[in-house]
Amino acid sequence: MTAPALSRTWTGRLRARAEQALPPEQLLPDHQPVYVASWIYVFGVLTLAAFIVVLVSGGVLALKGPQWWHRSSTGHYFNSLHLWSVELFMAFMVIHLWGKFFMAAWRGRRAMTWITGAVCFLGSIGTAFTGYLVQSNLDSQWISTQAKDGLNSAGVGAFFNVLDFGQMLMWHIVLLPLVVGFVIGIHILQVRRRGVVPPMEIDPRDLVAQNVTS
Amino acid sequence: MTTGVTKWAGRTREYDLVKEFVVALVVVSVLTVALAAVFSSPDEKQITISTWSRGAPNDFVLTAATELDGTSGTATYGAPYNHTPDAAQKIGPVSLQHIAGVTHPIDTVADFVVGPLTGVPADAALAAALAQWQGAAAGQQQKWASGYDDALSKATDNDPAQVKSGDYGPVPVMLTRLLTMAQSGGLDGALLAQKQFFATDYTKPLLFIADGSYLEDRARAQHLGGDQWGMMNETGNYPGQAWLWLYTFWYQVKPFSTSGNADALVWGLMALLSLALVLVPFIPGVRSIPRWVPIHRLIWRDYYRGIRT
Repeated sequence: MTAPALSRTWTGRLRARAEQALPPEQLLPDHQPVYVASWIYVFGVLTLAAFIVVLVSGGVLALKGPQWWHRSSTGHYFNSLHLWSVELFMAFMVIHLWGKFFMAAWRGRRAMTWITGAVCFLGSIGTAFTGYLVQSNLDSQWISTQAKDGLNSAGVGAFFNVLDFGQMLMWHIVLLPLVVGFVIGIHILQVRRRGVVPPMEIDPRDLVAQNVTS
Repeated sequence: MTTGVTKWAGRTREYDLVKEFVVALVVVSVLTVALAAVFSSPDEKQITISTWSRGAPNDFVLTAATELDGTSGTATYGAPYNHTPDAAQKIGPVSLQHIAGVTHPIDTVADFVVGPLTGVPADAALAAALAQWQGAAAGQQQKWASGYDDALSKATDNDPAQVKSGDYGPVPVMLTRLLTMAQSGGLDGALLAQKQFFATDYTKPLLFIADGSYLEDRARAQHLGGDQWGMMNETGNYPGQAWLWLYTFWYQVKPFSTSGNADALVWGLMALLSLALVLVPFIPGVRSIPRWVPIHRLIWRDYYRGIRT
């Protein structure tokens, strides 16, 4: 029996490209270099876990509508879950980011991993900010009327109106989570593709030079 | 393209990524459930134009007078609400605010006062006042409105009942009826529902409320003022948006704290710093900081110890 010829279809080429970039043992490895042994490594996965809790708690709030949490104790509790999961998400992400900075984790062709992580951090700030705008209480009234001045001064307020509850709700529950989720996905794939950055001072015997097709 | 790179060829150890993720998810879920149960979340009740006009009627009427004579914050704001000359903030000679243009046009006289009042039924005195207002020349309207705004500003406690007598035309009747409409809740609906039944855009009611001092007084009582690091705080004793500390910091220090272009300058600076964060791997000096600060020795101390031995 002969092996099937390499497909020349777009689908076949995409599959071949994906398998080359991320073979299964690299996508989900069950071993890591010995230097991956510090508590700082935990904060990346903690950030991802908190993101899942943010999505689930926010999803329940979305199911019941934006006013539910004001009139129901159950709704208020889910709002609290959403708030605290966001606080944890941001705290874990900031620690993760500082950790990666002091590891100079962009070394060894890992610049895109850093860039997607930084974009994810900035996008998360925007997503959290729009969340504060759609609380529909005194806090959101004050934050929106203050924030409009900054956004208007930069010309952004002309199309991103923080006083428009409907527009901000759409940004908060659809557009920004999609962007942040997508960038997180790219970030994780970059980590798996390039591997965990090695220490700055390294035993030369632990490395081999290779010709790697980019 | 092939590129010479190095790949790890040293010792490895078993590392269960899936198990790590599941444990992290359980830990974060339990932590979130506990924090939510113990600390809950703040929900300071919103204010409406109705609660504002009943809680501080003098502030409401004074604000409405500034909307009518064109001296309120919104009336003099510039883009994106109106074309007030030289109102837009600048970074040097560039005004992005002006370039973006007027995309949410607001005429405070028509949108906040005259328009809502024309919807009030069966009020002969109001109908006569509106007819007098609309039949007058623009100069006369401005004279009446400015005169009344000035007199109200000087009255004891800005109380309309204490305004000295003068020729204010139909303005006192219009603003008295607007106060009545606001206290009944009618103005909330009128500002929100202009031209449509379904509405989610609170631009007009929020701008009107923000032109008064009632909202700011409530916010300052909750330590949310601009000079109280307000943008990163939230009502009650909660962490708020602590990640906005750097953005909020600039507003507390000169030259930003005293500049008329503070918002534009802070946004410009934060845009630059954000870009710098994204591009850290390519910025000489900044990308070398981790080598000078030996935190990496702490992170990889076990590996480094192994090299030495």
